[in-house]
Amino acid sequence: MSDAFAIGQRVRVRAVYPPGHVRTPHYLRGRHGTIESIAGHYANPEELAYGRDGLPKRALYRVRFHQSELWQDYVGSAADTAVVDLYEHWLEAENS
Amino acid sequence: MRRHHDMGGQPAGRIDRTDHDHAPWEKRVDALLRLLTDRKRQIMTVDELRRGIEGLGPGAYDQLSYYQRWMASVGENLLEKGVITVDELGRKMAEVEARWRAEGWSGKEPS
Repeated sequence: MSDAFAIGQRVRVRAVYPPGHVRTPHYLRGRHGTIESIAGHYANPEELAYGRDGLPKRALYRVRFHQSELWQDYVGSAADTAVVDLYEHWLEAENS
Repeated sequence: MRRHHDMGGQPAGRIDRTDHDHAPWEKRVDALLRLLTDRKRQIMTVDELRRGIEGLGPGAYDQLSYYQRWMASVGENLLEKGVITVDELGRKMAEVEARWRAEGWSGKEPS
C-alpha cells in the first residue's frame, strides 16, 4: 500500500461538509498542518458506520496543527500544538 | 454545516472532572455492546453505535445521558438489522415496566 503523504509534509484538511458519519472534527476543516507520523491502515469508519466492510483500508495519519491555526483568539504560546488522527481521504497537499 | 454532536471547540463552560460510579444498568449496557461487537458475533460495530448516537440530533442528544445514548443507538441498530422487531421491543419494554411497577417502582430512572 502506497501512502499519499510523507512524514513532515504540509497538508490541508479538506473543507467539505458531507452529512453522515465522519471522523474529521468540524473545527479542523480547511486548516493546515504537518504530517507527524502514520498511525496505521484501517477499515474506513465512514463505511463501517453503515454496516459495510470499509475496505480497502485507509492510511490514518497523525497530523500536527498549531493551536493558533485552529483558534483565532488563541492566547497561549505560539509553540502550542495539537495532534489529531485523520484519514488520508480527508487530506490534500498544501499547495495542490 | 456543523452537525450537532461535533462540538469540539464550542463554548461549553466548566467541565465537571469529579469521578463517579456507574449504575448497574449502565454496566449492563456496556457489556451488551461488547457482546454485540465481539469477533465471534460481529452483529454491529462501534462505528454504527456512533452513527446512531450522532443521528439523535439536537434535543435527544442533549437530554439523554451517556449510556442512554448508547442504548438508544443499540436499539435502532438492532431494529435496522432485523435482530429484533419493534413489536418485540415494545412488548418486552411493557413486560419489564409491569415487573418494576409490581416491585414498587415509581417511574424514576432504573438503577
